[in-house]
Amino acid sequence: MIPVLSPVRGQNKGVRPLFLLPCVDKTLCFLKKGSDPFIGARELVCAVLLTCMALTANAECLIRGSGDLGVVGERASGSVQIIETTGKTSLFRVEGLGDLSHASVVFSRDARYAYVFGRDGGLSKIDLLCGTLVKRVVQAGNSIGGAISQDGTLVAVSNYKPGGVKVFDAKTLELVADLPAVDGKGTPSKVVGLVDAPGQQFVYTLYDAGEIRIADLRDPAKPVVQDFRQIGRLPYDALITPDGRYYIAGLFGEDGMALVDLWDTDKGVRRILDGYGRGEEKLPVYKMPHLEGWAMAGRFAFLPAVGQHEVLVVDSTSWQEAGRVAVHGQPVFVEARPDGRHIWVNFAHPRNDTVQVIDAETQQVIKTLKPGKGVLHMEFTPRGEAVWVSVRDRDMVQVYDTRTFARIAELPAAKPSGIFFSARAHRTGL
Amino acid sequence: MRKTGKLLFSLAMMIQSIPVSAALDTARQAELLYLLKHDCGSCHGMTRKGGLGPALLPENLHDRPATLMVNTILDGRSGTPMPPWRGELSEQEVQWLVEALRRGEGL
Repeated sequence: MIPVLSPVRGQNKGVRPLFLLPCVDKTLCFLKKGSDPFIGARELVCAVLLTCMALTANAECLIRGSGDLGVVGERASGSVQIIETTGKTSLFRVEGLGDLSHASVVFSRDARYAYVFGRDGGLSKIDLLCGTLVKRVVQAGNSIGGAISQDGTLVAVSNYKPGGVKVFDAKTLELVADLPAVDGKGTPSKVVGLVDAPGQQFVYTLYDAGEIRIADLRDPAKPVVQDFRQIGRLPYDALITPDGRYYIAGLFGEDGMALVDLWDTDKGVRRILDGYGRGEEKLPVYKMPHLEGWAMAGRFAFLPAVGQHEVLVVDSTSWQEAGRVAVHGQPVFVEARPDGRHIWVNFAHPRNDTVQVIDAETQQVIKTLKPGKGVLHMEFTPRGEAVWVSVRDRDMVQVYDTRTFARIAELPAAKPSGIFFSARAHRTGL
Repeated sequence: MRKTGKLLFSLAMMIQSIPVSAALDTARQAELLYLLKHDCGSCHGMTRKGGLGPALLPENLHDRPATLMVNTILDGRSGTPMPPWRGELSEQEVQWLVEALRRGEGL
Protein backbone atom coordinates (compact mmCIF):
# COMPACT_ATOMS: atom_id res chain seq x y z
CA MET A 1 0.00 0.00 0.00
CA ILE A 2 2.89 2.36 0.51
CA PRO A 3 3.60 2.54 -3.25
CA VAL A 4 0.02 3.67 -3.79
CA LEU A 5 0.28 6.49 -1.32
CA SER A 6 3.70 7.87 -1.97
CA PRO A 7 3.04 9.37 -5.44
CA VAL A 8 -0.09 10.98 -4.07
CA ARG A 9 1.88 12.81 -1.52
CA GLY A 10 4.03 14.28 -4.26
CA GLN A 11 1.13 15.30 -6.46
CA ASN A 12 -0.67 17.24 -3.81
CA LYS A 13 1.07 20.46 -3.34
CA GLY A 14 -1.48 21.52 -0.78
CA VAL A 15 -0.62 18.91 1.80
CA ARG A 16 0.55 19.34 5.32
CA PRO A 17 1.88 16.19 6.98
CA LEU A 18 -0.59 16.85 9.77
CA PHE A 19 -3.49 16.17 7.42
CA LEU A 20 -1.97 13.14 5.84
CA LEU A 21 -2.82 10.81 8.67
CA PRO A 22 -6.65 10.81 8.47
CA CYS A 23 -6.46 10.66 4.70
CA VAL A 24 -4.26 7.64 4.81
CA ASP A 25 -6.77 6.00 7.12
CA LYS A 26 -9.62 6.69 4.72
CA THR A 27 -7.69 5.17 1.88
CA LEU A 28 -6.87 2.14 3.92
CA CYS A 29 -10.55 1.69 4.72
CA PHE A 30 -11.42 1.96 1.07
CA LEU A 31 -8.89 -0.66 0.14
CA LYS A 32 -10.06 -2.94 2.88
CA LYS A 33 -13.63 -2.73 1.66
CA GLY A 34 -12.53 -4.22 -1.63
CA SER A 35 -11.15 -7.10 0.47
CA ASP A 36 -9.27 -8.25 -2.56
CA PRO A 37 -5.52 -8.46 -2.14
CA PHE A 38 -5.08 -7.99 -5.91
CA ILE A 39 -6.53 -4.59 -6.60
CA GLY A 40 -7.17 -3.77 -10.23
CA ALA A 41 -5.84 -0.68 -11.97
CA ARG A 42 -9.27 0.98 -11.81
CA GLU A 43 -9.56 0.57 -8.07
CA LEU A 44 -6.04 1.81 -7.69
CA VAL A 45 -6.85 5.03 -9.52
CA CYS A 46 -9.96 5.38 -7.38
CA ALA A 47 -7.88 5.00 -4.28
CA VAL A 48 -5.46 7.62 -5.49
CA LEU A 49 -8.25 10.01 -6.45
CA LEU A 50 -10.01 9.57 -3.15
CA THR A 51 -6.81 10.26 -1.34
CA CYS A 52 -6.25 13.33 -3.51
CA MET A 53 -9.70 14.64 -2.75
CA ALA A 54 -9.38 13.96 0.90
CA LEU A 55 -6.05 15.73 1.01
CA THR A 56 -7.08 18.84 -0.91
CA ALA A 57 -10.27 19.12 1.04
CA ASN A 58 -8.37 19.12 4.27
CA ALA A 59 -5.29 21.10 3.51
CA GLU A 60 -4.70 24.41 1.85
CA CYS A 61 -1.04 24.80 2.61
CA LEU A 62 1.42 24.58 -0.23
CA ILE A 63 4.42 22.34 -0.39
CA ARG A 64 6.86 24.49 -2.29
CA GLY A 65 9.77 26.83 -1.64
CA SER A 66 9.01 30.39 -0.59
CA GLY A 67 11.93 32.17 -2.26
CA ASP A 68 9.75 33.57 -5.04
CA LEU A 69 6.84 34.61 -2.83
CA GLY A 70 5.84 38.07 -1.78
CA VAL A 71 3.24 40.14 0.00
CA VAL A 72 1.17 42.96 -1.50
CA GLY A 73 -0.56 45.25 0.98
CA GLU A 74 -4.15 46.26 0.28
CA ARG A 75 -4.32 49.43 2.29
CA ALA A 76 -8.03 50.17 2.30
CA SER A 77 -9.29 46.70 3.14
CA GLY A 78 -6.77 45.72 5.81
CA SER A 79 -5.69 42.71 3.82
CA VAL A 80 -2.63 41.42 1.99
CA GLN A 81 -2.24 39.15 -1.00
CA ILE A 82 0.43 36.50 -1.08
CA ILE A 83 1.81 36.35 -4.60
CA GLU A 84 4.48 34.38 -6.45
CA THR A 85 6.78 36.06 -8.92
CA THR A 86 7.62 33.04 -11.10
CA GLY A 87 4.16 32.54 -12.61
CA LYS A 88 3.09 36.05 -11.54
CA THR A 89 -0.06 34.93 -9.78
CA SER A 90 -1.84 35.56 -6.53
CA LEU A 91 -1.96 32.61 -4.15
CA PHE A 92 -3.90 33.82 -1.11
CA ARG A 93 -5.58 36.81 0.41
CA VAL A 94 -5.17 37.23 4.16
CA GLU A 95 -7.67 39.51 5.85
CA GLY A 96 -8.21 41.11 9.21
CA LEU A 97 -4.91 42.96 9.48
CA GLY A 98 -6.37 46.30 10.61
CA ASP A 99 -5.40 49.71 9.28
CA LEU A 100 -2.71 49.27 6.64
CA SER A 101 -2.52 52.91 5.53
CA HIS A 102 1.19 52.73 6.19
CA ALA A 103 2.06 49.06 6.17
CA SER A 104 5.48 47.51 6.03
CA VAL A 105 6.60 43.90 6.06
CA VAL A 106 9.66 41.89 7.10
CA PHE A 107 10.24 38.17 6.69
CA SER A 108 11.38 35.38 8.97
CA ARG A 109 14.80 34.08 8.00
CA ASP A 110 13.34 30.82 6.70
CA ALA A 111 11.07 33.00 4.51
CA ARG A 112 8.04 31.05 5.68
CA TYR A 113 6.45 33.88 7.62
CA ALA A 114 5.82 37.55 6.98
CA TYR A 115 5.42 40.10 9.77
CA VAL A 116 3.06 42.91 8.81
CA PHE A 117 3.25 46.20 10.70
CA GLY A 118 0.01 48.17 10.49
CA ARG A 119 -0.73 51.80 11.21
CA ASP A 120 -3.06 50.87 14.06
CA GLY A 121 -0.24 49.33 16.08
CA GLY A 122 -1.06 45.83 14.91
CA LEU A 123 1.73 43.31 14.41
CA SER A 124 0.54 40.34 12.36
CA LYS A 125 2.41 37.13 11.60
CA ILE A 126 1.36 35.49 8.36
CA ASP A 127 2.14 32.02 7.06
CA LEU A 128 3.08 32.46 3.39
CA LEU A 129 2.56 28.82 2.46
CA CYS A 130 -0.81 28.41 4.16
CA GLY A 131 -2.13 31.90 3.55
CA THR A 132 -3.18 32.20 7.16
CA LEU A 133 -2.90 34.73 9.92
CA VAL A 134 -0.90 32.90 12.57
CA LYS A 135 -1.01 35.54 15.26
CA ARG A 136 -1.83 39.18 15.68
CA VAL A 137 -1.08 41.52 18.56
CA VAL A 138 -2.03 45.17 18.84
CA GLN A 139 1.04 46.46 20.58
CA ALA A 140 0.58 50.24 20.45
CA GLY A 141 -1.94 52.87 19.44
CA ASN A 142 -0.17 53.91 16.29
CA SER A 143 2.88 52.51 14.60
CA ILE A 144 4.94 52.95 11.51
CA GLY A 145 7.30 50.10 10.75
CA GLY A 146 9.43 47.28 11.95
CA ALA A 147 12.55 45.21 11.60
CA ILE A 148 13.76 41.67 12.28
CA SER A 149 17.00 40.98 14.12
CA GLN A 150 20.13 39.59 12.50
CA ASP A 151 19.48 36.10 13.88
CA GLY A 152 15.75 36.24 13.15
CA THR A 153 14.65 35.71 16.75
CA LEU A 154 13.40 39.23 17.49
CA VAL A 155 10.92 41.48 15.74
CA ALA A 156 11.00 45.18 16.62
CA VAL A 157 8.19 47.68 15.99
CA SER A 158 8.57 51.46 15.94
CA ASN A 159 5.68 53.44 17.29
CA TYR A 160 4.20 56.89 16.95
CA LYS A 161 1.81 56.68 19.89
CA PRO A 162 3.12 56.10 22.41
CA GLY A 163 6.51 56.63 20.86
CA GLY A 164 9.27 54.09 21.28
CA VAL A 165 10.27 50.65 20.09
CA LYS A 166 8.82 47.36 21.28
CA VAL A 167 10.65 44.12 20.70
CA PHE A 168 8.86 40.78 20.34
CA ASP A 169 9.80 37.13 20.19
CA ALA A 170 9.58 36.32 16.48
CA LYS A 171 8.09 32.92 17.20
CA THR A 172 5.41 33.76 19.75
CA LEU A 173 5.01 37.55 19.38
CA GLU A 174 5.45 37.88 23.11
CA LEU A 175 6.92 41.16 24.30
CA VAL A 176 10.56 40.81 25.30
CA ALA A 177 11.79 44.40 25.50
CA ASP A 178 10.34 47.90 25.60
CA LEU A 179 12.53 50.81 24.56
CA PRO A 180 10.83 54.13 25.29
CA ALA A 181 11.74 57.12 23.13
CA VAL A 182 11.76 59.92 25.64
CA ASP A 183 14.18 62.80 25.18
CA GLY A 184 16.26 64.54 27.89
CA LYS A 185 13.29 66.70 28.88
CA GLY A 186 10.96 63.73 29.26
CA THR A 187 9.03 64.40 26.05
CA PRO A 188 7.99 61.30 24.13
CA SER A 189 8.96 61.10 20.50
CA LYS A 190 7.63 59.35 17.42
CA VAL A 191 10.05 56.76 16.13
CA VAL A 192 10.95 56.44 12.45
CA GLY A 193 13.61 54.71 10.36
CA LEU A 194 13.85 51.50 12.42
CA VAL A 195 16.29 48.99 10.90
CA ASP A 196 18.25 45.95 11.99
CA ALA A 197 22.03 46.08 12.09
CA PRO A 198 24.73 43.45 12.56
CA GLY A 199 25.45 42.42 16.15
CA GLN A 200 21.79 41.92 17.06
CA GLN A 201 21.26 45.67 17.00
CA PHE A 202 18.31 47.83 16.05
CA VAL A 203 18.89 51.42 14.96
CA TYR A 204 16.12 54.02 14.95
CA THR A 205 15.46 57.74 14.88
CA LEU A 206 13.39 60.00 17.11
CA TYR A 207 11.34 62.31 14.89
CA ASP A 208 10.42 64.95 17.46
CA ALA A 209 13.64 64.91 19.48
CA GLY A 210 16.02 64.69 16.52
CA GLU A 211 18.05 61.76 17.87
CA ILE A 212 19.45 58.52 16.51
CA ARG A 213 19.58 55.53 18.87
CA ILE A 214 21.32 52.19 18.63
CA ALA A 215 19.90 49.38 20.77
CA ASP A 216 22.00 46.28 21.35
CA LEU A 217 19.75 43.31 22.11
CA ARG A 218 22.26 40.52 22.47
CA ASP A 219 20.65 40.13 25.87
CA PRO A 220 17.00 41.06 25.28
CA ALA A 221 16.44 41.27 29.03
CA LYS A 222 19.06 44.02 29.26
CA PRO A 223 19.06 46.14 26.11
CA VAL A 224 21.97 48.58 25.84
CA VAL A 225 20.98 51.83 24.15
CA GLN A 226 23.41 54.35 22.70
CA ASP A 227 22.11 57.84 21.98
CA PHE A 228 23.18 60.45 19.39
CA ARG A 229 21.59 63.82 19.98
CA GLN A 230 21.02 66.92 17.87
CA ILE A 231 21.22 65.15 14.56
CA GLY A 232 19.03 67.82 12.90
CA ARG A 233 15.40 68.88 12.71
CA LEU A 234 12.52 66.51 11.96
CA PRO A 235 14.26 63.37 10.73
CA TYR A 236 11.49 61.71 8.69
CA ASP A 237 13.01 58.35 7.74
CA ALA A 238 16.33 56.53 7.64
CA LEU A 239 18.13 53.70 5.92
CA ILE A 240 21.09 51.45 6.45
CA THR A 241 23.57 50.49 3.73
CA PRO A 242 23.28 46.84 2.62
CA ASP A 243 26.54 45.98 4.42
CA GLY A 244 25.01 47.29 7.65
CA ARG A 245 27.72 49.89 8.16
CA TYR A 246 26.21 53.32 7.57
CA TYR A 247 22.91 54.52 8.98
CA ILE A 248 21.57 57.67 7.36
CA ALA A 249 18.59 59.72 8.49
CA GLY A 250 16.88 62.18 6.12
CA LEU A 251 15.88 65.51 7.61
CA PHE A 252 12.65 67.24 6.80
CA GLY A 253 13.42 70.43 8.67
CA GLU A 254 16.85 70.98 7.11
CA ASP A 255 18.59 70.40 3.82
CA GLY A 256 20.94 67.61 4.69
CA MET A 257 21.20 64.13 6.16
CA ALA A 258 22.67 62.68 9.34
CA LEU A 259 25.08 59.75 9.07
CA VAL A 260 26.36 57.34 11.71
CA ASP A 261 29.20 54.93 10.96
CA LEU A 262 28.24 51.82 12.94
CA TRP A 263 31.81 50.54 12.68
CA ASP A 264 33.00 53.60 14.56
CA THR A 265 30.25 55.10 16.66
CA ASP A 266 32.75 57.16 18.67
CA LYS A 267 32.90 59.54 15.73
CA GLY A 268 29.29 60.43 16.41
CA VAL A 269 26.87 61.82 13.87
CA ARG A 270 28.16 63.44 10.72
CA ARG A 271 26.13 65.82 8.56
CA ILE A 272 26.21 64.99 4.89
CA LEU A 273 24.78 66.78 1.86
CA ASP A 274 24.47 69.87 4.00
CA GLY A 275 22.41 72.52 2.31
CA TYR A 276 21.67 70.53 -0.84
CA GLY A 277 18.68 72.71 -1.57
CA ARG A 278 20.31 75.99 -0.70
CA GLY A 279 19.15 78.94 -2.77
CA GLU A 280 16.27 76.93 -4.18
CA GLU A 281 12.73 77.43 -3.10
CA LYS A 282 11.46 74.32 -1.41
CA LEU A 283 8.20 73.05 -2.84
CA PRO A 284 5.40 71.89 -0.57
CA VAL A 285 5.74 68.18 0.11
CA TYR A 286 2.53 66.21 -0.43
CA LYS A 287 4.05 62.89 0.50
CA MET A 288 7.05 62.12 2.65
CA PRO A 289 9.86 60.46 0.72
CA HIS A 290 10.94 57.02 1.84
CA LEU A 291 14.51 56.03 2.45
CA GLU A 292 13.95 52.31 2.79
CA GLY A 293 15.82 50.56 0.06
CA TRP A 294 19.26 51.88 -0.54
CA ALA A 295 19.62 52.78 -4.19
CA MET A 296 23.26 52.05 -4.66
CA ALA A 297 24.88 51.79 -8.06
CA GLY A 298 28.61 51.21 -7.88
CA ARG A 299 29.90 53.76 -5.42
CA PHE A 300 27.04 56.15 -6.05
CA ALA A 301 23.94 56.31 -3.93
CA PHE A 302 20.72 57.81 -5.28
CA LEU A 303 18.45 59.56 -2.78
CA PRO A 304 15.22 61.56 -2.95
CA ALA A 305 15.60 65.33 -2.49
CA VAL A 306 12.93 66.65 -0.14
CA GLY A 307 10.76 69.34 -1.71
CA GLN A 308 12.60 69.27 -5.04
CA HIS A 309 11.96 67.59 -8.36
CA GLU A 310 15.37 65.98 -8.08
CA VAL A 311 17.19 62.80 -7.21
CA LEU A 312 20.47 63.42 -5.40
CA VAL A 313 23.55 61.45 -6.31
CA VAL A 314 26.05 60.88 -3.52
CA ASP A 315 29.55 59.47 -3.70
CA SER A 316 29.60 56.90 -0.90
CA THR A 317 33.38 57.05 -0.55
CA SER A 318 33.34 60.72 0.46
CA TRP A 319 29.61 61.29 1.15
CA GLN A 320 29.83 64.36 -1.08
CA GLU A 321 27.19 65.29 -3.60
CA ALA A 322 28.18 63.88 -6.99
CA GLY A 323 25.28 65.08 -9.09
CA ARG A 324 21.57 65.66 -9.36
CA VAL A 325 19.05 64.28 -11.74
CA ALA A 326 16.06 66.41 -12.68
CA VAL A 327 12.94 64.25 -12.56
CA HIS A 328 9.18 64.44 -13.14
CA GLY A 329 8.15 65.30 -9.59
CA GLN A 330 9.15 64.96 -5.96
CA PRO A 331 10.61 61.48 -5.57
CA VAL A 332 9.09 59.13 -2.99
CA PHE A 333 10.94 55.84 -3.59
CA VAL A 334 14.30 55.81 -5.35
CA GLU A 335 15.22 52.18 -5.94
CA ALA A 336 18.15 50.60 -7.73
CA ARG A 337 17.60 47.52 -9.85
CA PRO A 338 19.54 44.77 -8.09
CA ASP A 339 22.38 45.01 -10.64
CA GLY A 340 22.64 48.75 -9.96
CA ARG A 341 22.46 49.78 -13.59
CA HIS A 342 19.07 51.50 -13.46
CA ILE A 343 17.31 53.51 -10.79
CA TRP A 344 13.50 53.51 -10.70
CA VAL A 345 11.70 56.46 -9.14
CA ASN A 346 8.06 57.15 -8.24
CA PHE A 347 6.59 60.47 -7.21
CA ALA A 348 4.45 62.32 -4.69
CA HIS A 349 0.91 63.53 -5.19
CA PRO A 350 -0.18 65.12 -7.55
CA ARG A 351 2.42 63.65 -9.92
CA ASN A 352 2.05 60.09 -8.74
CA ASP A 353 0.90 58.64 -12.09
CA THR A 354 4.46 58.35 -13.37
CA VAL A 355 7.55 56.21 -12.90
CA GLN A 356 10.92 57.22 -14.29
CA VAL A 357 14.06 55.20 -14.90
CA ILE A 358 17.49 56.76 -14.48
CA ASP A 359 20.62 55.28 -16.04
CA ALA A 360 23.19 55.06 -13.25
CA GLU A 361 26.19 55.66 -15.51
CA THR A 362 24.94 58.68 -17.43
CA GLN A 363 22.71 59.95 -14.60
CA GLN A 364 20.01 60.68 -17.18
CA VAL A 365 16.34 59.74 -17.25
CA ILE A 366 16.06 57.12 -19.98
CA LYS A 367 12.43 56.09 -19.65
CA THR A 368 9.16 57.57 -18.44
CA LEU A 369 6.28 55.21 -17.75
CA LYS A 370 2.66 56.06 -16.95
CA PRO A 371 1.26 53.15 -14.95
CA GLY A 372 -1.73 55.22 -13.79
CA LYS A 373 -2.66 57.46 -10.87
CA GLY A 374 -1.47 56.53 -7.41
CA VAL A 375 1.79 54.66 -8.00
CA LEU A 376 2.72 53.91 -4.39
CA HIS A 377 5.55 51.40 -4.44
CA MET A 378 7.90 49.33 -6.59
CA GLU A 379 9.68 46.07 -5.75
CA PHE A 380 12.25 44.25 -7.87
CA THR A 381 12.39 40.50 -8.15
CA PRO A 382 15.50 39.18 -6.39
CA ARG A 383 17.70 39.30 -9.48
CA GLY A 384 15.92 42.22 -11.07
CA GLU A 385 14.45 40.91 -14.32
CA ALA A 386 11.08 42.32 -13.35
CA VAL A 387 9.64 45.03 -11.15
CA TRP A 388 6.21 45.01 -9.54
CA VAL A 389 4.44 48.34 -9.29
CA SER A 390 1.38 49.07 -7.15
CA VAL A 391 -1.12 51.44 -8.79
CA ARG A 392 -3.58 52.45 -6.11
CA ASP A 393 -6.24 54.26 -8.11
CA ARG A 394 -6.43 51.52 -10.74
CA ASP A 395 -6.68 48.79 -8.10
CA MET A 396 -3.93 46.75 -9.68
CA VAL A 397 -0.34 45.65 -9.48
CA GLN A 398 1.58 45.88 -12.74
CA VAL A 399 4.66 43.86 -13.57
CA TYR A 400 7.27 45.32 -15.92
CA ASP A 401 10.16 43.71 -17.74
CA THR A 402 13.10 45.82 -16.58
CA ARG A 403 15.04 45.35 -19.83
CA THR A 404 12.31 46.22 -22.36
CA PHE A 405 10.09 48.26 -19.98
CA ALA A 406 7.12 46.33 -21.37
CA ARG A 407 4.21 45.63 -19.06
CA ILE A 408 4.12 41.85 -18.84
CA ALA A 409 1.42 41.19 -16.26
CA GLU A 410 -1.36 42.80 -14.25
CA LEU A 411 -2.92 41.50 -11.06
CA PRO A 412 -6.05 42.90 -9.46
CA ALA A 413 -5.51 44.24 -5.94
CA ALA A 414 -7.67 46.50 -3.78
CA LYS A 415 -5.87 49.83 -3.35
CA PRO A 416 -2.44 48.20 -3.34
CA SER A 417 0.36 49.90 -1.42
CA GLY A 418 3.62 48.27 -0.37
CA ILE A 419 5.03 45.24 -2.19
CA PHE A 420 7.53 43.05 -0.36
CA PHE A 421 9.30 39.98 -1.71
CA SER A 422 10.59 37.22 0.53
CA ALA A 423 14.16 37.73 -0.67
CA ARG A 424 14.20 40.55 1.88
CA ALA A 425 14.53 37.80 4.49
CA HIS A 426 18.24 37.63 3.77
CA ARG A 427 19.07 41.30 3.51
CA THR A 428 20.18 43.58 6.32
CA GLY A 429 17.95 46.59 6.82
CA LEU A 430 14.93 45.23 4.94
CA MET B 1 -50.80 82.52 -5.56
CA ARG B 2 -49.20 85.34 -3.65
CA LYS B 3 -48.53 82.83 -0.87
CA THR B 4 -46.70 80.53 -3.25
CA GLY B 5 -44.64 83.46 -4.51
CA LYS B 6 -43.72 84.36 -0.96
CA LEU B 7 -42.78 80.77 -0.24
CA LEU B 8 -40.63 80.60 -3.34
CA PHE B 9 -38.98 83.87 -2.36
CA SER B 10 -38.16 82.65 1.11
CA LEU B 11 -36.92 79.35 -0.30
CA ALA B 12 -34.62 81.30 -2.60
CA MET B 13 -33.38 83.29 0.40
CA MET B 14 -32.76 80.09 2.30
CA ILE B 15 -30.78 78.63 -0.54
CA GLN B 16 -28.72 81.79 -0.66
CA SER B 17 -28.03 81.68 3.04
CA ILE B 18 -26.80 78.09 2.93
CA PRO B 19 -22.99 78.16 3.22
CA VAL B 20 -21.21 78.22 -0.12
CA SER B 21 -19.66 74.83 0.57
CA ALA B 22 -23.02 73.14 0.18
CA ALA B 23 -22.88 74.02 -3.48
CA LEU B 24 -20.19 71.40 -4.15
CA ASP B 25 -21.60 68.65 -6.31
CA THR B 26 -21.58 65.13 -5.00
CA ALA B 27 -18.94 63.95 -7.49
CA ARG B 28 -16.49 66.55 -6.21
CA GLN B 29 -17.39 65.69 -2.61
CA ALA B 30 -16.51 62.08 -3.34
CA GLU B 31 -13.19 63.17 -4.86
CA LEU B 32 -12.40 65.24 -1.78
CA LEU B 33 -13.21 62.33 0.54
CA TYR B 34 -10.95 60.09 -1.57
CA LEU B 35 -8.15 62.65 -1.32
CA LEU B 36 -8.75 62.91 2.41
CA LYS B 37 -8.57 59.16 2.87
CA HIS B 38 -5.64 58.33 0.63
CA ASP B 39 -3.45 61.41 0.41
CA CYS B 40 -4.09 63.19 3.70
CA GLY B 41 -4.23 59.65 5.12
CA SER B 42 -0.54 59.12 4.34
CA CYS B 43 0.29 61.31 7.34
CA HIS B 44 -2.97 61.51 9.30
CA GLY B 45 -3.94 57.85 8.89
CA MET B 46 -6.65 56.51 6.63
CA THR B 47 -8.88 56.21 9.68
CA ARG B 48 -7.79 59.73 10.75
CA LYS B 49 -6.30 58.43 13.99
CA GLY B 50 -3.07 60.27 13.26
CA GLY B 51 0.42 59.30 12.18
CA LEU B 52 3.24 61.68 11.46
CA GLY B 53 0.49 64.30 11.47
CA PRO B 54 -2.09 64.72 14.25
CA ALA B 55 -5.35 62.77 14.54
CA LEU B 56 -8.29 64.35 12.71
CA LEU B 57 -11.24 62.69 14.39
CA PRO B 58 -14.25 64.80 15.42
CA GLU B 59 -13.24 64.59 19.08
CA ASN B 60 -9.81 66.01 18.23
CA LEU B 61 -11.30 68.92 16.34
CA HIS B 62 -14.36 70.13 18.24
CA ASP B 63 -12.51 72.87 20.10
CA ARG B 64 -10.49 74.02 17.12
CA PRO B 65 -11.80 77.10 15.28
CA ALA B 66 -12.93 76.27 11.75
CA THR B 67 -11.13 79.28 10.29
CA LEU B 68 -7.83 78.09 11.76
CA MET B 69 -8.33 74.67 10.19
CA VAL B 70 -9.26 76.20 6.84
CA ASN B 71 -6.12 78.36 6.93
CA THR B 72 -3.91 75.41 7.91
CA ILE B 73 -5.17 73.36 4.97
CA LEU B 74 -4.94 76.26 2.51
CA ASP B 75 -1.56 77.62 3.56
CA GLY B 76 0.11 74.74 5.37
CA ARG B 77 1.84 75.01 8.71
CA SER B 78 5.39 76.25 8.69
CA GLY B 79 7.92 74.26 10.70
CA THR B 80 5.91 71.07 10.10
CA PRO B 81 5.48 68.83 7.04
CA MET B 82 1.89 70.09 6.53
CA PRO B 83 1.88 71.47 2.97
CA PRO B 84 -0.35 74.21 1.59
CA TRP B 85 -3.21 72.93 -0.57
CA ARG B 86 -4.11 76.31 -2.06
CA GLY B 87 -3.99 76.00 -5.80
CA GLU B 88 -5.14 72.41 -5.71
CA LEU B 89 -8.17 73.03 -3.52
CA SER B 90 -10.45 76.08 -3.54
CA GLU B 91 -11.43 77.88 -0.36
CA GLN B 92 -14.94 76.54 -0.79
CA GLU B 93 -13.66 72.98 -1.05
CA VAL B 94 -11.50 73.37 2.02
CA GLN B 95 -14.45 74.72 3.97
CA TRP B 96 -16.45 71.68 2.96
CA LEU B 97 -13.56 69.41 3.98
CA VAL B 98 -13.34 71.03 7.42
CA GLU B 99 -17.05 70.49 7.92
CA ALA B 100 -16.71 66.91 6.73
CA LEU B 101 -13.87 66.31 9.20
CA ARG B 102 -15.88 67.76 12.06
CA ARG B 103 -18.86 65.60 11.15
CA GLY B 104 -16.61 62.56 10.85
CA GLU B 105 -17.90 62.02 7.33
CA GLY B 106 -16.63 58.99 5.48
CA LEU B 107 -15.27 57.32 8.61
